[in-house]
Amino acid sequence: MNTVVDLDQVSRTFPGTPPVEALKPTNLTIHTGQYIAIVGPSGSGKSTMLHLLGLLDSPTSGTYYLDDIDTSTLSEKERAGVRSSRIGFVFQSFHLLQHRTTVENVMLAEVYRPGSSSGRETRAIEALEQVGLGHRLDVSPATLSGGERQRVAIARALVSKPSLLLADEPTGNLDTATGEQILALFDQLHQDGLTLAVITHDDEVSARAQRRVRIRDGIVKAEDDNDGGLRPSGSRVVR
Amino acid sequence: MTIIPGPGLPFPEDNPDDSDTPNNAPSVIKAAPEPPDKLPRSGLSVRDLFNEMTLALTARPARTILTAMGTVLGVAALVATLGLAKTAGNQIVTRFDELAATKVTVEPNQSFRQAPGGATSAIPWDAGDRLERLNGVRAAGTKSDVDVSGQLARSVPVIDPLGQTEFQVPVIAVSPGLFQSARSTLYTGRFFDEGHDERADPVAILGPAAAERLNVSRVDNNPAIFIGDQSFAVIGILATTQREPALLNSIVIPNGLARERYSLEVPSEVLIDVEIGATEQIRIQSATALSPNQPEALRSTASAPPSRVRGDVQNDLNALFLVLGAVSLLVGTIGIANVTLVSVLERTGEIGLRRALGATRRHIAVQFLSESVALGAFAGLVGTSLGILCVVIVSANEQWTPVLDPWLPFAAPVLGAITGLLAGTYPAWKAASTEPIAALRGLR
Ligand SMILES: Nc1ncnc2c1ncn2[C@@H]1O[C@H](COP(=O)(O)OP(=O)(O)OP(=O)(O)O)[C@@H](O)[C@H]1O
Ligand SMILES: [Mg+2]
Repeated sequence: MNTVVDLDQVSRTFPGTPPVEALKPTNLTIHTGQYIAIVGPSGSGKSTMLHLLGLLDSPTSGTYYLDDIDTSTLSEKERAGVRSSRIGFVFQSFHLLQHRTTVENVMLAEVYRPGSSSGRETRAIEALEQVGLGHRLDVSPATLSGGERQRVAIARALVSKPSLLLADEPTGNLDTATGEQILALFDQLHQDGLTLAVITHDDEVSARAQRRVRIRDGIVKAEDDNDGGLRPSGSRVVR
Repeated sequence: MTIIPGPGLPFPEDNPDDSDTPNNAPSVIKAAPEPPDKLPRSGLSVRDLFNEMTLALTARPARTILTAMGTVLGVAALVATLGLAKTAGNQIVTRFDELAATKVTVEPNQSFRQAPGGATSAIPWDAGDRLERLNGVRAAGTKSDVDVSGQLARSVPVIDPLGQTEFQVPVIAVSPGLFQSARSTLYTGRFFDEGHDERADPVAILGPAAAERLNVSRVDNNPAIFIGDQSFAVIGILATTQREPALLNSIVIPNGLARERYSLEVPSEVLIDVEIGATEQIRIQSATALSPNQPEALRSTASAPPSRVRGDVQNDLNALFLVLGAVSLLVGTIGIANVTLVSVLERTGEIGLRRALGATRRHIAVQFLSESVALGAFAGLVGTSLGILCVVIVSANEQWTPVLDPWLPFAAPVLGAITGLLAGTYPAWKAASTEPIAALRGLR
């Protein structure tokens, strides 16, 4: 089984007085095609973990391997390139641009990829069709419901065919029924083979995932761990 | 999937619910990471940059226009003031130039040492006729002050002891062509001609000031004036003269008469009215035409070249107008900087999103900078058009010919773009230094 994410003693400390150890040294492996939920109370370090996984932040110590690439050796340009091609982000507050149509919002995902201009619109339309919004291509996000907006955001994350989809509280701004639609979409994407890491503090959401990881006070521990095991710290495992 | 607590990290409640088992797969130290050249690099094509810039600026057209307004007005003010200064300056110089650029005078060269026994002056009596044969000369005539040995002038034959009737009035002898070369006009009567000159007829033309003093207001009753005991028939009264203002206050008589009655020996000066552009040529030719054997005995003078005059007049005007325009442009720059900074703060979430989608800091900076530069250039373009329109309207109103430096319509939009560049630098830097995590956190 291939690994998408491999954290080796990764920690993150925010400087200050006193410094905040938001994530204590952690080992975590996510295999290709896994659907993992990261749960924990507010302030436990979930977002910190997600930002590290998404290369938006760098660990204070430890090494993060993404698709077997040692991310600590990457330049800013390369990190940005990896973000644009291998990682899809879904945010709690959608982050859609109000003055652009849904298609234009999805097309934004490929603006920072060299040589992606041909067929960009076609791929964006396909992604929107994949999330069930093929009929709302040229409307402003302002006219969409919350669930529809989140599906546009998911389409934007999918258009670059990422290795890893990261979602931070994707249903946090949605009511239960609408949130259920998004979770159903995630189930579908998981079945299609996508690797997903979803942050939530909602047990119902995390129950849909294949794996559950709990964080408390920056300390990570596994729940429902049934296909892996402890491995010696400080060494990486190659499968 | 494997999760392991870090070394030394207590995980007290960990073990019971943790079914982790040691990974038994062959364990090998990780090989060197993939060569970075396999990695996708992020990039932003010029076309995409342009597209993003256009979408950003057209997202809120009203705000874009309002933001540009300061620079529009600044550039418009600058173009209008420069254009009007140029146009007005041009009016000043065309009036002023026309007189200056068509006048040549010839006088005896004071520093020229006469050969022993030579004539006292090289200016001949027929100087006017000789010069009028030259190409480029419109009119020419001689002018000489006449010494009347202090005799007073009066318009009545008998001296009235009760009132002042006698005056000291300058007498000037001219050739008929001088009236044309001095561009004199008549109030009444006529000028004297070649016939009067040759016959030494006792006729006189009065300047308006002289006529008033001598109490002569009409010539149809054949008035006479007296200088000492000599009488003169007044045949005309001048109204104005563009050159030789001394004529206005004088009694003007023909050369022939002056030679006969007052023993005038030589003309003292020649005044030539030339075609525009011919001053230099006539200045050189006139001395030879008048004194072929000794051209260096004469000194010809033409007024300063018109371009010099033009430059002097305009520099003063421009300095003032430029300060005005620069101030309004500064206000415009601050306007763009201010609104761009506000929009960077508003678009923090968008900046975070773009970073997540693969933008580098540089991409963010370039994007915001391109927006403000495009805005500035657009404002410059609109401002230039407004400024030119303003120049045209004012010119039409004043019946001037609108004049514009040819570089101005091109330089002004560039100036607008530079304004945008300056205004956008700090906001772009601010946008680029926004941390993506902070930008994404809690902002919608
Ligand atoms: N930039 C920062 N500087 C200092 N401390 C930070 C910073 N970012 C996060 N923290 C701290 O790190 C800890 C973990 O924060 P994080 O955002 O990861 O929590 P979370 O689990 O996502 O919480 P929530 O469910 O409320 O979103 C918190 O104590 C937070 O205050
Ligand atoms: Mg969070």
